[in-house]
Amino acid sequence: MNIASSGLRLLSCTAALALSLSAAAQAKDPNAEFEKFRAEMEESNPAELFEIKGEELWKARRGPKNVSLAESCDLGQGMGKVEAAYVKMPRYFADADAVMDAERRIVWCMVEKQGFKFDDIAKKPFQGGNDNNAPEITNLVTYVASGSRNMKFDIPLGDPKVRDAFETGKATAAYRAGPYDFSCNTCHGVDGKRIRMQNLPNLATPEGAIKGVQGWPGYRMTGGVMLTSQWRMNDCFRQQRFPEPKYASQAVTNLLTYMSGNSNGQIYKGPGIKR
Amino acid sequence: MKTLLFAAGATVATLLLAACASGPRLSEAEYRQMAIDTIKRDFQAKGQAKHERVTQDEVQQACNSYLNNPPNELMVKLTSAQLAAVKLPADGKYLGDWKEGEKIAQSGRGFTWSDKADEPAGGNCYNCHQIGPQETSFGTIGPSLLAYGKTRGNSPEIQKYTYSKIFNAKAFNLCSEMPRFGHAGALNEQQIKHLVALLLDPASPVNK
Ligand code: HEC
Ligand code: HEC
Repeated sequence: MNIASSGLRLLSCTAALALSLSAAAQAKDPNAEFEKFRAEMEESNPAELFEIKGEELWKARRGPKNVSLAESCDLGQGMGKVEAAYVKMPRYFADADAVMDAERRIVWCMVEKQGFKFDDIAKKPFQGGNDNNAPEITNLVTYVASGSRNMKFDIPLGDPKVRDAFETGKATAAYRAGPYDFSCNTCHGVDGKRIRMQNLPNLATPEGAIKGVQGWPGYRMTGGVMLTSQWRMNDCFRQQRFPEPKYASQAVTNLLTYMSGNSNGQIYKGPGIKR
Repeated sequence: MKTLLFAAGATVATLLLAACASGPRLSEAEYRQMAIDTIKRDFQAKGQAKHERVTQDEVQQACNSYLNNPPNELMVKLTSAQLAAVKLPADGKYLGDWKEGEKIAQSGRGFTWSDKADEPAGGNCYNCHQIGPQETSFGTIGPSLLAYGKTRGNSPEIQKYTYSKIFNAKAFNLCSEMPRFGHAGALNEQQIKHLVALLLDPASPVNK
């Protein structure tokens, strides 16, 4: 069996499971009001501003080596191509010998191709409540993600290295430690649970996993900041009372492989709006 | 005809499941070890959240290794050890002030890297439980505790159980998703007494 056909098989199997499960009854959504609001807001999607900035950054010659990402960064779809790249990451990149999610890959390109220093990017990778602007990397991720709007997640789980990241991510989500004995699964391991009024997606199911990755990168109404999936992982580890995951590290990619892989076959709607 | 179609559908489903199951290269235990190694390497201390927090203690290890369902012997051994280590109040009194208990139950602060280490932690109880009838914003990870004392009474045994459960939920249910508040040093004796009163005092709104 070759890798491509096993990938296809996995894709069709998650899609079939998704179909059969989506019929299952959903708990009543106490966040219906927000959903209505979000739907209205998306008519004039604030994320688009960040996409435009990201596109400029993608195409500009920058960094000590004065090259653009458009001419030097391969996201897996050919040099500089962003179309359909986001819904196919995390994937394995031979040049880096690593499975990388979109943000990790772009950072890798900025360092290896443009000559930026990793530590400079990692110093402040997420927009804080008092920052007027999102970091460049957030704009870039948002632009890349916009190239996959309305496309199906298609993480290449047939690739053994990606599969390893997926399975390690699954084990990471179940790993309990810290002063409160929490794991991701404490809060996201079963259907229909809430913390206060916030619904908690069950990341092990196709419907839960897609909720976990849908709308990211997202414009967060709490604080009016633009944030990526990398940030979401970081903040959930904070709530989990863990120390901090290093920025753009394998541990985070593994979790994103798990969630995105469980979303395979379902449509990604592009950068969006979050509570 | 219907049965035939159903049978055909079931076969397809079985085939699909078989395809899904053919993925992983290594065993669950091997992937768990890879996850642990990766976490150890990829996490850094921040604020009060030191790196040592990613290292599992005995109870966490038993629950992690057996997907929250350790073999009976191990379960009994560890659960008894947790129970034996519960520190009961020296004065033998379990009931504090339910009004203070309500405040502690409401507070979700404590132990994150953005919390100050020298400020007292809250109980996070409403994050996971329905408790007082006036609070409609409550989580559902744990069972509803509304009318907790009304249905159980307020006997010394119930008081002792409730105190001990909050002190260390794992002394009764090894792989409970509820934190071990006393054991972890998150809540002190007085705070736990206030919470016991919130749940058991007949005057508490929980039991009205
Ligand atoms: C203590 C509880 C808790 C733990 C532990 C936790 N989370 Fe979360 N998670 C939350 C809350 C609360 C939200 C916010 C939900 C909302 O805003 O609707 C959230 C949101 C998320 C989202 C975004 C959902 C969305 O609608 O966009 C993802 C993805 C996620 N968590 C993944 C994880 C992962 C992976 C872990 C483990 C590293 C984890 N969480 C650990 C409580 C937790
Ligand atoms: C992360 C979620 C979580 C938090 C936070 C939490 N609990 Fe729990 N609690 C649970 C779960 C799950 C159970 C049921 C499983 C068990 O018995 O351990 C439970 C069970 C209980 C029980 C036993 C109920 C019975 O019928 O015997 C009591 C009492 C209780 N919790 C009180 C509290 C109090 C008081 C707080 C705040 C200090 C609190 N809990 C915080 C999740 C939580």
